[in-house]
Amino acid sequence: MTEWFQGTLGYGFGWFAATLILILMIALPLMLAVAMIIYADRKIWAAMALRRGPNVVGPFGLLQSFADGLKVFLKETVIPSAANRGLFLLAPIITFTLALIGWAVIPFGPGMVLANINVGLLYILAVSSLSVYGVIIAGWASASKYPFYSALRAAAQMVSYEVSVGFVLIGVILWAGTFNLSGIIEAQRSHVWIINGFGFNPLLFPMSIIFFISALAETARAPFDLTEAESELVAGFQTEYSSMSFALFWLGEYGNVLLMCGLNAVLFWGGWLPPIDWAPLYAVPGIIWFFAKILIFFFIFSWVKATVPRFRYDQLMRLGWKIFLPISLLWVFLVSGYLLLTKEQCPADRRVLAAVTNEQQADRYMPSCRSGMLNLGRGAAGAIS
Amino acid sequence: MIPTFAFYLFATIVVASGVMTIASRNPVHSVLWLILAFFNSAGLMLIVGAEFIAMLLVIVYVGAVAVLFLFVVMMLDVDFAALRAGFARYLPFGTLLALVLLTEIVFAVAAWNASGVATAAKAAPVNQNVPNIEALGTVLYTRYLYIFEGAGLVLLVAMIGAIVLTHRTRRDVRPQNVSLQNQRRPKDAVRMVDQPVGEGVKL
Repeated sequence: MTEWFQGTLGYGFGWFAATLILILMIALPLMLAVAMIIYADRKIWAAMALRRGPNVVGPFGLLQSFADGLKVFLKETVIPSAANRGLFLLAPIITFTLALIGWAVIPFGPGMVLANINVGLLYILAVSSLSVYGVIIAGWASASKYPFYSALRAAAQMVSYEVSVGFVLIGVILWAGTFNLSGIIEAQRSHVWIINGFGFNPLLFPMSIIFFISALAETARAPFDLTEAESELVAGFQTEYSSMSFALFWLGEYGNVLLMCGLNAVLFWGGWLPPIDWAPLYAVPGIIWFFAKILIFFFIFSWVKATVPRFRYDQLMRLGWKIFLPISLLWVFLVSGYLLLTKEQCPADRRVLAAVTNEQQADRYMPSCRSGMLNLGRGAAGAIS
Repeated sequence: MIPTFAFYLFATIVVASGVMTIASRNPVHSVLWLILAFFNSAGLMLIVGAEFIAMLLVIVYVGAVAVLFLFVVMMLDVDFAALRAGFARYLPFGTLLALVLLTEIVFAVAAWNASGVATAAKAAPVNQNVPNIEALGTVLYTRYLYIFEGAGLVLLVAMIGAIVLTHRTRRDVRPQNVSLQNQRRPKDAVRMVDQPVGEGVKL
């Protein structure tokens, strides 16, 4: 599509138009999906509590989210007089925008990705670490004590879990050898015998669990929803918000949840690959597999929300710093040690080395490559001597 | 055209938010402007093709350091009248510091250009097919391995030092011991008593 637009509208403008259309193609269905996922969340939660859940608006209550959206849209936006106006209105916008832009690098199917950048995973990490600003700014700008407590909690919680998420991701990156999300998915093809997915690897399975729990903490979902713990903080950082500014927080929160579900699927369970590397399964389009995996993870998110009681704040900190951090650090050693023993000795491509050093110095810089795994255009005998 | 436009956009915002960082009255606003400056300098890095550095800048500075910074500044109760009063007094010293920094930057750039390092760096072939994470990693873990590890050790020492300096063991509190709590079973805590009528329970 980009080529077609560039052919008709010229290079720069064509690229711009095509990208804009692609962004809309992701963002609009995402908004619809968020509306339906809020409904699904409420239904799953209700079913687990032996209730009916929303069942009045539309068939089976399917239109409930849209009715809620309309209601919220028609309400008056109340800005507290003590609040810092600009920042107060900026906070929900930041949350909502950051929930959307993470999707730019998620591959929905083979080649179906908006920005196929080679630092995709770092981009996701950057976006998810930024999303805490929405909460902090909202809490501070409200000029009210409960939102402020919530902002402090959010800041500490996010920083604690980011560290272990980073270490978990290092394991995945080491195994895949790339930061590109499509590359990570491709690396999972037939990872364990004929099964696709890093999660089926016994060495990486514990990491997938830690990542899932950290994803719950990152998105501030139950049991880690201390930023909006209603028994202590009214509604946390959302206390002073009303109307669309409140709705943007909700949309952003669920957009983040879906993003984290998608990330779980991409990093550990093969993304758009079918679970088993068997030809007939590829007849189903990759995007269907990907959506199915997202939905499975979303179900688990709701399941956890319905069954696990909320953590106390010190327990949350203990879990992050005293349990996840040492385990994931240990696992970085285990995974890199295992790969050092089994994978080829010099993962660096020889053109990489040639680009940054010259041939004569190469074996001085990379002693482990001297034994001929990497011969920079010389004979193997020359490399050994 | 798009890269040029993006460069001027990012550069303008970096400079403007840098000015706002020192000009704004509220310290929290200052930190937020600083964060905007970090974010846009990451954009500038992206334009010169250093995508890895750009992402690291966002993750480390914007995502972690600035969050903690904001965390501390938000809780401070700063008296601005007192802060502003010192402004004129420190102005000469501040100007001197700024001038020294400016001169140093000018000298560094001039020396870099004059000594031929710049021309050599520009003339060095850059392989476009190599992602800069790979290129950076290859140099960092081979040529500069000891320096890199040394830097890591310095950070480790700093971290341990900070913990040692701030951590104090309090004897008068009873911290929660989670593993002990988890090991506790009903038979450790519950005793079934067949209580005869008219007698007290022996505890």
